[in-house]
Amino acid sequence: MSALKRYLPLLLLALVWEAAPRLHIIDPASVPPLSQVATAWWDLLRSGDLVSNGLSSLENLSAGLALGVVVGISLGVLMAWYRPLDELVHPLVRALYPMPKSALIPVMILWLGLGSASKIASIFIGCLLPVVLSAYNGARGVDRVLIWSALAAGASRRAVLWEVILPSALPEILAGTRNALALSFILLVSSEFVIGQRGLGYLISFLGEGGAYDAMFAGVLTVAAVGFLADRVYLAVMRSALAWRE
Amino acid sequence: MAGTGIAFESVSHTYRPARGRPVLALDRVSLAVREREFLALLGPSGCGKSTLLYLLGGFLPVETGRISVGGAEVTGPGPDRGIVFQNFALFPWKTVKQNILYGLEKQKLPRPEREKRAQEFIDLVHLMGFEDSYPSQLSGGMKQRVAIARTLAIDPAILLMDEPFGALDAQTRGLMHEELLGIIERRPKTVVFVTHDVREAVYLADRVAVMSARPGRIKEIVEIGRDGRLGPEIVKSREFIDKVDYLWDSVRTEALLAQSQKSTEP
Repeated sequence: MSALKRYLPLLLLALVWEAAPRLHIIDPASVPPLSQVATAWWDLLRSGDLVSNGLSSLENLSAGLALGVVVGISLGVLMAWYRPLDELVHPLVRALYPMPKSALIPVMILWLGLGSASKIASIFIGCLLPVVLSAYNGARGVDRVLIWSALAAGASRRAVLWEVILPSALPEILAGTRNALALSFILLVSSEFVIGQRGLGYLISFLGEGGAYDAMFAGVLTVAAVGFLADRVYLAVMRSALAWRE
Repeated sequence: MAGTGIAFESVSHTYRPARGRPVLALDRVSLAVREREFLALLGPSGCGKSTLLYLLGGFLPVETGRISVGGAEVTGPGPDRGIVFQNFALFPWKTVKQNILYGLEKQKLPRPEREKRAQEFIDLVHLMGFEDSYPSQLSGGMKQRVAIARTLAIDPAILLMDEPFGALDAQTRGLMHEELLGIIERRPKTVVFVTHDVREAVYLADRVAVMSARPGRIKEIVEIGRDGRLGPEIVKSREFIDKVDYLWDSVRTEALLAQSQKSTEP
C-alpha cells in the first residue's frame, strides 16, 4: 500500500507521457510516447550499444569517484589533524567550492586529451571537495574525550587517527560521499557530452543529434535509473555501516 | 614496580580560549595523593578540578609546576592512569565487548587472555547479556558501567574519575557507589575522584580536598577515615552528617564566590 502510494506519482507521469503525445496534446516529435521509448530501449539493449556504453560510463564513474573519495577523506582528515595544512588548503577549498566543476572539462581535455583520463579527472575534481569538507568537519567534531580514552588505553597517535578519528567522522564522511555520488553522475554525463567516443552521455547526444528521439529518451531514462539505483544501494550500505547509531 | 603515590608541585594552568582573554584556571596547586588512597577533589563548577585531573592524565601539557606518579614526571597519557569521564566516552561504533577489548588489544595481551579478561569485567559490572549491544542501546547507568569496566580491564594502578556519576539519576548513582567501592576493595587502587557532590565525596573518599573558586587552589583537606566501613548505613551516622555539613559550608562559600565571578564576567 505505502509502496503503491510512493510510486503512484511515477505511474501517473508514465500514463501522461504515453497519453499526451498520442492525443497530440504534446508534439510526438518532441516527446515520443513512452511505449515507443520502451521499444527503442529494448532495441538499444539488444544491439549491445546500451551495455557497452553503460559499462564504459560505470568504469569511469567508479574510477573518478573512488579516487575522489580516497583523496578527499585523506586530505580532509589531515587538514583537521595538521593546522599548517589546514591554513594552506582551506582557503583554496573555500574559493573553489562554489565553482561549477564542469567548467574544468575543457581544461582536462587540454591536459589529458580526449579520452577516459579526462573524464575520470573531471569526475575526481567534482567529487573531491564535498568529501574533503565532510571529512574535515567530521574529524574536527570528534569528542576529545574519545581521543583521550584511546590514548589512556595505550593507543599511539597514529592508531588514534585510524581507530578513533576516522570512525567518529564516518557519519559525516558517508553523507558527503553521497553528495559526491550525485555530483559524479553530473560530471560523468557532461564530460561524455563534450568528449564523446563512448559512454551513456555520448549515446544520448549522438542519438539526439541523429534525430532518434525515442532512443535518446531511452538513454536519458537509463541514466536516471542507474543514478537512482546507485543512490539506493549506497543508502543501504550507509545504513548498515551506521547501524550502531540507532 | 614504582609506587603509585601522586604529587602535584606548584601546578598552575592557564586556559586560553580561541577568543577572549586567557584565564588562570589553576594557581600553584600542591597536593600529595597517597598510595591506594581514595581522594575526592571537591569544588564548585569552573574551579579547575577537572583540569587538574586532565593534567594528571597527561591529556593537557603541564606548563608550570610538576606532576609526578611514583616519582616519575607525567609527560603524557599512559595505561598506568585509567580515566572514567562524566559522559562515558564510549566508542559508539563498538559494542560493549569491543569497547572493553580495545584497551586489552592495546596492551598486546594474547587473544584468549583478552577474551577471558573482557568477560570477567563484563560480569564484574553486571552486563552479562549485553556484550553485543551498542552504547546507544544502553541506559546511562549501563554505559557508565561499561566505561568503568573498560578502564578497569587494563588494570591501571591509578583510577581517575571525572564526575563519573554526575549524569546518572540518584538511585543509579547510589548503586554505582556501592559497586565502585566493592571493586576497589577487591582490586586496590589509588583513586582521584572529581565531584561537586559533597555527600558523594564524603561517602566514597578517604580524604576530601576542597578547591577554591577560580583560580583553583587547594583550600583545605579533610580526613574522612573509612576504618570499619558501615556500608550504606554510614550516611545515618553522626560523624558522616557532621563531615557533610562541614564540607558543605566550605564549598558553599566557594560556590557563592564562583557565582559572583560569573556575574561580573564580560
